[in-house]
Amino acid sequence: MGGAWRWLREHAVQIVAVLVVLYMLIPIAVIFGFSFNDPAGRYNFTWVGFTLEHWKNAFGIPELNEALVTSLKLAVLATVISTVIGTLMALALVRYDFFGRRAANFLIVIPMATPEVVMGSALLSFFLLIGSFSLGFQTLLIAHVMFCISFVVVVVRSRLIGFDRNLEEAAKDLGASSFETFRLVTLPLIMPGIFGAAMLAFALSIDDFVISNFNSGTTVTFPLYIFGAAQRGIPVEVNVIAMILFFFTCAAMGFATWQQRRAEKLTSVRPEQEAGAGVPAGAAAAT
Amino acid sequence: MRRRVAPYFLLGPGAAWLLLFFVIPLYYLGKLSLNSGVFGSYEFSWHWENYSDALKLYDTQFVRSFVYAGLATLFSLLLAYPLAYTIAFKAGRWRNVLLFAVVAPFFTTYLIRTLAWETILSDQSPVVSVLDAVGLAPEGHVLATAGAVIAGLTYNFLPFMVLPIYASLERLDVRLIEAGKDLYASASQTFFRVTLPLSAPGVVAGTLLTFIPASGDYVNAQFLGSANNQMIGNVIQSLYLKQSDYPAAAALSFVLMAAILILVLVYIRFAGSEALMGEEAV
Repeated sequence: MGGAWRWLREHAVQIVAVLVVLYMLIPIAVIFGFSFNDPAGRYNFTWVGFTLEHWKNAFGIPELNEALVTSLKLAVLATVISTVIGTLMALALVRYDFFGRRAANFLIVIPMATPEVVMGSALLSFFLLIGSFSLGFQTLLIAHVMFCISFVVVVVRSRLIGFDRNLEEAAKDLGASSFETFRLVTLPLIMPGIFGAAMLAFALSIDDFVISNFNSGTTVTFPLYIFGAAQRGIPVEVNVIAMILFFFTCAAMGFATWQQRRAEKLTSVRPEQEAGAGVPAGAAAAT
Repeated sequence: MRRRVAPYFLLGPGAAWLLLFFVIPLYYLGKLSLNSGVFGSYEFSWHWENYSDALKLYDTQFVRSFVYAGLATLFSLLLAYPLAYTIAFKAGRWRNVLLFAVVAPFFTTYLIRTLAWETILSDQSPVVSVLDAVGLAPEGHVLATAGAVIAGLTYNFLPFMVLPIYASLERLDVRLIEAGKDLYASASQTFFRVTLPLSAPGVVAGTLLTFIPASGDYVNAQFLGSANNQMIGNVIQSLYLKQSDYPAAAALSFVLMAAILILVLVYIRFAGSEALMGEEAV
């Protein structure tokens, strides 16, 4: 008894940690489990029986497919645009000291400190009063790029800060032009950061509900479809597609981590290398 | 000369996007909040009454939003710290697995995660029977209560708390903790005098990243709460999108933003700004 009590006391922190992890994973297990459910009515809330029907029929609901395609298109475009302009901003902020740098930093932080409902309603007010934007895919794209930029800048910037500039000097000493140095040295070295930022932007975009809800007009994205369907009962196929997206994202994350490790190995000639080794890209992103 | 214009070229597109689609919309939000009239013929008229009317009507939801968000932030902190601590110092080769578990919820859609809690907390669920047995679920009922909304908020924003705390713990110089022990500090003394203060930037960033989105959230209250658990986000959403009462909704939005900004500034004043602005901008 005394031994068990002591073991519990010594491992209390770890035990709490395991319980918290369970708390985080249980909903995912529920979503997965209920994707095999065979609900009696329209509501997929109580377990009735096991079926593979909805996995076979995953893409059998036309409106759901359409919403999913819209979300994917939107996420890809928003990711590309925000990653490019966000990376440029990060370069400016880390590499140069210029007038207005503090203001630029502030401009980047403030959207992250603003609740989504405020951003969504502000954009809607803007679109309504300006009047020259019809609500739909274009306003969604504008909104998604807007809220992704700050996150891209933060992730790429953290990668640039731990960057060894001697490598660039070396390239220049060896006769490379500025552009060649950027393309052949700088870009490959910050690529894992850019890739991580792009993944984060994609995840933010495809998951966004609040801002989209304000600015979508009649366009329906995947989260908006779920919200609409929630009132009349969500088809089990939504769970199936959520799980497909889940596994797809896991694979992409695995790839990003592998890439990052490889890049770290490439630069590991430097003894003081330590820039967050082994932290998965998504985790590094939020820091 | 080239070096002096280069940063502005790099900064240009992103800064323009943020100015045009974030800063200027806030101006329009403010303008719309001072409109008067009925739907279809709103006009700008410095109608400050929108603010006093909206606050009088919806003060309950305002206070409730901050109370719920505050409690969710507190619970997140209590849950996140042991987990972040374990990942940073005790996990060994399990570190990446645990980090993956922390970000895994992000890989499923926010709305579906919240709906999963609707399933977990529904009256027939085994979880609710257990909670009922230990007296945490009065009348065997959790869904459509404040507890359910706060639990949902805590769950949905927990990763935002874990990751910054983990990052600051991981960066911490372990030798300082060892020094504390060498100087005969007890485990709890070492923790409260060395570890906790050194991880403060992570705690500050985490509480902000949890509190801000939680106070504006309306998805959790919509799915897990009842009419008595509506938050200010629900009100803004419904005034804008269902009742088309734009001026009132804009006024509420503006007050929410101002309130959060003030809270954040006060908080940062006490806690230091490096967590938010990044090390190089201190």
